[in-house]
Amino acid sequence: SRLILRSYLKPPKRYWEVNAGEENGEAENTDVSPNQDNISKEQPDKIRDERRQKKKRSHGSFISGKKDPFPGEAPIPNEQLKKFQRGEKFQVSVTARQKVKETILRSEAASDLALKQAARYDLLLPEESGFLEGDDDEDTCTILQEDIADAVDITSGAKYFNLHLTQFGPYRLDYSRTGRHLLLGGKRGHVSCIEWQTKNLTCEINVMETIHDVKWLHSEAMFAVAQKQWLYIYDSKGIELHCIKKFNNVLRMQFLPYHFLLATASATGFLQYLDVSVGKEVSAIGTKLGRLDVMAQNPHNAIVHLGHPNGTVSLWSPNQREPLVKMLCHRGGVRSLTVDRSGTYMVTSGLDRKLKVYDIRAFKALHSYFLPAGASCLSLSQRGLLSAATGDVVQVYRDVWGGGSMSKPYMAHRVRGAVWGVDYCPFEDVLGIGHEAGFTSMIVPGAGEPNFDALDMNPYRSTKQRQEWEVKALLDKVQPELIGLDPGLLSKVDQATFEQKHKERVEALGYDPLATEKFKPRLKKRGRSSAGAVERRKKKVAHEDQKALRPPMYD
Amino acid sequence: MKVKVLCRNPDDYVRETTRDIQRVPRNYDPTLHPFEVPREYTRALNATKMERLFAKPFVASLGGHRDGVSCLAKHAKSLSTVLSGACDGEVKVWNLSRRECLRTIPAHEGFVRAICSRFCGTSFFTVGDDKTVKQWRMEAPGYRVREEPLNTILGKAVYTGIDHHQSEGTFATCGQTVDIWDEQRTSPIRSFSWGVDSFSCVRYNPVETELLASCASDRSIVLYDMRESTPLKKVIMKLRSNTLCWNPMEAYNFTCSNEDYNLYTYDMRYLETPVTVHMDHVSAVLDVDYSPTGKEFVSASFDRTIRIFPKDKGHSREVYHTKRMQHVICVRWSADNKYVLSGSDEMNIRVWKANASEKLGVLTSREKAAVQYNQKLKAKFKNHPKVRRIAHHRHLPRDIFKQKRELRDMKEARRRKEQNVHKHSKPGSVPIVTEKEKHVVTVVE
Repeated sequence: SRLILRSYLKPPKRYWEVNAGEENGEAENTDVSPNQDNISKEQPDKIRDERRQKKKRSHGSFISGKKDPFPGEAPIPNEQLKKFQRGEKFQVSVTARQKVKETILRSEAASDLALKQAARYDLLLPEESGFLEGDDDEDTCTILQEDIADAVDITSGAKYFNLHLTQFGPYRLDYSRTGRHLLLGGKRGHVSCIEWQTKNLTCEINVMETIHDVKWLHSEAMFAVAQKQWLYIYDSKGIELHCIKKFNNVLRMQFLPYHFLLATASATGFLQYLDVSVGKEVSAIGTKLGRLDVMAQNPHNAIVHLGHPNGTVSLWSPNQREPLVKMLCHRGGVRSLTVDRSGTYMVTSGLDRKLKVYDIRAFKALHSYFLPAGASCLSLSQRGLLSAATGDVVQVYRDVWGGGSMSKPYMAHRVRGAVWGVDYCPFEDVLGIGHEAGFTSMIVPGAGEPNFDALDMNPYRSTKQRQEWEVKALLDKVQPELIGLDPGLLSKVDQATFEQKHKERVEALGYDPLATEKFKPRLKKRGRSSAGAVERRKKKVAHEDQKALRPPMYD
Repeated sequence: MKVKVLCRNPDDYVRETTRDIQRVPRNYDPTLHPFEVPREYTRALNATKMERLFAKPFVASLGGHRDGVSCLAKHAKSLSTVLSGACDGEVKVWNLSRRECLRTIPAHEGFVRAICSRFCGTSFFTVGDDKTVKQWRMEAPGYRVREEPLNTILGKAVYTGIDHHQSEGTFATCGQTVDIWDEQRTSPIRSFSWGVDSFSCVRYNPVETELLASCASDRSIVLYDMRESTPLKKVIMKLRSNTLCWNPMEAYNFTCSNEDYNLYTYDMRYLETPVTVHMDHVSAVLDVDYSPTGKEFVSASFDRTIRIFPKDKGHSREVYHTKRMQHVICVRWSADNKYVLSGSDEMNIRVWKANASEKLGVLTSREKAAVQYNQKLKAKFKNHPKVRRIAHHRHLPRDIFKQKRELRDMKEARRRKEQNVHKHSKPGSVPIVTEKEKHVVTVVE
């Protein structure tokens, strides 16, 4: 009410100011006329803010008399703010009710505070990423791994090593999500998991069958092996836990960590999802697109990308029997594909020896590079370094979506056999290469994310921490029904349904409960109710309504 | 060449001894934390389910009365004391923390119609069917001293309600007329009447302490100002109101409990239409009391349930019922906002939690943080259908459930008829009467 607002306008009257204040007070009262409602409502806010600022200034002045050379808050660079920005600011319409406006402004202020705090926190991050710079005449791609290993400290140098496993065929590999454990699966049946930094062997078995793919499940306790006929799940000690006959002829697997889903692509064209926390098959989709050999997941929205021999890439979610999107990417078959962790870019390579970069949110082709020999295995690191393997050479490219020429890779390494799988180790500057002669671990400075979040993935976690994390992750497990192209769909307002419901309500009630009544000007005396005056009053209100409907000019 | 490979010193990431806490370095980069919205939604769903899981509102039952409990009163200063009056004339003083009766006073012959405690907390007043108003001491009498009232006022007619002023030594009673009394006098200083011969309830406004409101038997609510000689105005409704309660935070709002199964919140300045109509009971609403925060109120009904309503919503957020609790006659919200007390006609007073899933006692800071986080999550996703369905679901006894369904069908039938009449008559000839306007007959100044 205006009584409360008035108290913001004036300080309380003191007893000696009664006579003097009375005249001034009356003058002020007549100034604030009832027509200037909007202004009188804004003024107390301004005055309140001014008073707050005055208070701040009084705090900033020091007893010594010196002045703060950098008054106010420390500025935050715009890119930093953009990194943490989620969604846009909500434009409050001027016709909204007061309570709605207040609620929105308050929540926006809280979001702003959270944004600024998160942006400022970046100063406190302990580690910095690695880098490799050659001398003036040196190309970084000619630097050998042995030289790098000699140049850095012992611990980092030990990250370059070779495992000579020539007996059991080309090796597929998978790093666990914390980056501590490495799973190797040879084509002829050799499966082993090692802690690659300490070289401790956790388990080593031979399953006596062809292995198509190996994948860690949610932690280092269990892994899945796609064997000749069926899907097997093993314990970290190598004990066979499950043989899942429903999942047959599996060629490729992807684990969706936040949904606890193992997505498998089979030779018969079936894409199946297995919930590993409950042990049930969530969805089996007959893709009818032939042998599914090329598979990748989008870590941002848990969509599975499949590459096909006719050059198309299809995007799948467990809720739909048809692909969500089908893109024609290459003129030959698709050999490999990978998606970056923010879900913005997809890199594909095909039999037409092209390497293409797509914006996967807008489904637009960004760049296309020509590689003299097409890439058979692709992998993107956490910081955006792309590794492409052709034959027995692995090349690492930097700044793939910048659009510059890709003639010179960032780094290159030749291994002893044809490359069968590449995978970056999370949170480390290491690229693992599985090939015909075993496994090679290659140092790629600048590949890994330097600062991990211990509440999400902590490479230094103890057993107790791992157990607690597992319980919390299971409680937060997202249901597969929520997998879609936009993971933030639940936070959006469903305007279409609201409008439909409103229409139905108007029909049912017979009148529109949200509509404002038409303005009927009051009958005024002393000649102020002539037809012309009434029309003018109506126009004024209409003009104000129109002004309210127009979006505001300022931010 | 210049080269730096990412290499972490384990000493910075692993704790030194087992007596330390674990180190938890954080990185708030959104790309490290995908699926924010689905995970929050899952957490909100879990929080809603756990709230229902831990919703055990019944705390204790205070037994000892030998007839139905007709009135309850809070102690003005002490949170653990409660007064109750029964239909056989007994008044009992209870200690809630020990859940025992401190003393029993044979106060009246006949019903104890109303009790109210004085603002200082040293005495309380009772009115009964024997046409007397008695004032009693709050502390127990000494050893072997008989219980005697401090003061007795004999009246000419039965008094049905009493309420004391917030700060002065005056109280108001209602019976055939609304009387304002001074504590030192034996006859009322002022008497209000407006053509009605019986009033059921009188209440002082806790904020604007000179105002009173009363419920009269001619289906009206009358407003008085203690300083004037005549009543201010009255609003006449379709059915009679049983009791009313002023909002302790908003000076001009009060809620009355009506015989037509609803409660109405009025703004005393604009009595033409109620601010809100609260509908959820399936039988007459007998008592209403506001929470000390002024945001919610609790209502007791003849249909053996008590319901908690938010002050601005039309439907209840909570319903409490037990097989053993029969018609609830009186209800009070405790002054620490945590408990609700209900007195029913099967001689028991029950203590319920106001927030059914709240953990009582001292919470650690982590528990508090978890509770606050869960509350915010539930508020954020409260409109999603799955979350809403779980949050709204309450078990009801079978007959109340069936009665609710029947009332809904009746209401739907009436609404359909109104709509058809409106649709098939000349536009403008049949005015649309909103739900709020339907229940008020007239306002008389």
